Amino acid sequence: MSAGSVRDPATPAAGTPSPAGTGAAGTSPASSTSGLRTPSLPPWGVPAVVAGIAVLTGLLVLATPLGGRTATVVVFALLLVVVQTALSLAVEGRRRATDRLVTTSVVLAFLLALLPLFSVLEYTATRGIHRFDVDFFYRSQRSIGARDPGGGAYHALLGTVEQVGIATLIAVPFGLLVAVYVVEYGRGRLAATIRFFVDVMTGIPSIVAGLFVLSFWILGLRMGFSGFAAALALTVLMLPIIVRSAEEMLRLVPSSLREASLALGVPRWKTILRIVLPTALPGIVTGVMLAVSRVMGETAPVLLTAFGAASIVRDPFRGGPQSSLPLFIYQQAGDAQQTAVDRAWTAALTLILLVMLLNLLARLVTRRSTIGR
Amino acid sequence: MGKRIESIGLDAYYGTFKAIEGVTLTIEPKSVTALIGPSGCGKSTFLRSINRMHEVVPGARVEGKLLLDDEDVYGPGVDATTVRRTIGMVFQRPNPFPTMSIYDNVVAGLKLNGVKKKADLDAACERSLKGANLWNEVKDRLGKPGAGLSGGQQQRLCIARAIAVEPQVLLMDEPCSALDPISTLAIEDLMTELKDRFTIVIVTHNMQQAARVSDRTGFFTIEATGQPGRLVEIDDTQKIFTNPGEKRTEDYITGRFG
Repeated sequence: MSAGSVRDPATPAAGTPSPAGTGAAGTSPASSTSGLRTPSLPPWGVPAVVAGIAVLTGLLVLATPLGGRTATVVVFALLLVVVQTALSLAVEGRRRATDRLVTTSVVLAFLLALLPLFSVLEYTATRGIHRFDVDFFYRSQRSIGARDPGGGAYHALLGTVEQVGIATLIAVPFGLLVAVYVVEYGRGRLAATIRFFVDVMTGIPSIVAGLFVLSFWILGLRMGFSGFAAALALTVLMLPIIVRSAEEMLRLVPSSLREASLALGVPRWKTILRIVLPTALPGIVTGVMLAVSRVMGETAPVLLTAFGAASIVRDPFRGGPQSSLPLFIYQQAGDAQQTAVDRAWTAALTLILLVMLLNLLARLVTRRSTIGR
Repeated sequence: MGKRIESIGLDAYYGTFKAIEGVTLTIEPKSVTALIGPSGCGKSTFLRSINRMHEVVPGARVEGKLLLDDEDVYGPGVDATTVRRTIGMVFQRPNPFPTMSIYDNVVAGLKLNGVKKKADLDAACERSLKGANLWNEVKDRLGKPGAGLSGGQQQRLCIARAIAVEPQVLLMDEPCSALDPISTLAIEDLMTELKDRFTIVIVTHNMQQAARVSDRTGFFTIEATGQPGRLVEIDDTQKIFTNPGEKRTEDYITGRFG
């Protein structure tokens, strides 16, 4: 240790060990002659402040008419920010105080952002658990009225899987081809035009996509309501999301990799297929999952194109009207009967779980496809 | 193996900007030729023109003749892909394919060009890694990702990848500028070994390196920014560094440039 780090016995914090020469050096600026060490809160300072504020908040809640979960949390957060910043300002100076203020604010903002997510999950789970039984995943709503207990969403689950599955099968290849064209081949006006229209497509309200399929496919070509018609409407919604995300991911692939492959005498198309796409794969899969999750919850376009049905319809092409989970939720929640509302909550929970499961699967698949340990 | 390269009045453009003008030179087979010169003088552009990598950049084009053993690389009906298979390239920054293992990186060129037999690939992998002086360091972890190697090892992996497709010529664009002295030494030694089998052209900013490894040295320069780069002279390395024919070369080599 240098002469500058001689401990000043007058400072109370000097008794604690100071890690790597910074840490708890004491509160007096005079403790450092070289000027490199500045006074700072001891390592136990932050936990101590948090604990102190927690106790203080508890006392406040008990002693004053303040109360309730929300008020307690708000008081705790405010006190923490104010007291910690003031303490740090007094001991450590402005720069460290600002640092602590911003760090604490960021953590609090993060927790605040998580709040809606967890409350939605909790709310749906507690209400959806009543009908989360075998019957629900085994039976349809055939000859079951709003007041009747029982019934299930098998037909709706099947419809969602079929419609979103078909939409994904159409949208992913098309979307990837468009993105590859725009990034790898597109020059000049055509690529710019495509990019513009993809942007326009992103802004299409979902009901308009449904109306388009309704007027063009169902009324115009007289194809009738079907799961496939719903899949077409969902494709319209998925396509721009997939193109946009895949485009971004392909642009992130360093051009040095393309050059390395081309310099080996590998043709352009094979370079894209075997080098560029695999490198961008995890990002592309994330984009696809985003699109899948988005359209899985769409109600309006499905209502206009698949129309909804109470019984199990397996054939999405010629089976006629079909149901889907969001549509099922919409219809059941509209009935002013507790049995129907319970079914709607369980369907909502099922939808959330389905999306989470798909995301998890996608993560696993992409992790396995890229080497690395 | 190892072919002669002859460039006759070669101009290269980026869009309307002329990057190099009237480069005429001959590169002897089975030798190391170094190209030196200040930044922006077009030596890298010339190197990339040799295996038609220049035209990968949108709007870039080349005029003039570039003969590979009397066959014009830019002649009608010549496929750039075939040219690149004959003339390999190593880049300034090591660029192994991040999704591939060491093994897959080395045989990538063969695999992507249709070689399927496991035995052939295994043999090529071992031969190339030995050729690049990397075999002993990686032979026990061929299945691990290529991106996990150190910078110098990655660059030798890229050299192994380039020589695995058995090219006639190996172009190296500042292959050591991102490496430490020990890795640089390893790659310089490697060049001396490889010139028995390949024609090697290396672009370098390091004049000691040019003096150490090359048989012949070419000096490029530009008059001013915005002007095209030109070849000033090309001669035996010994002569360029001791008794250059041009004043500008001497100024550059002795550090009295600009």
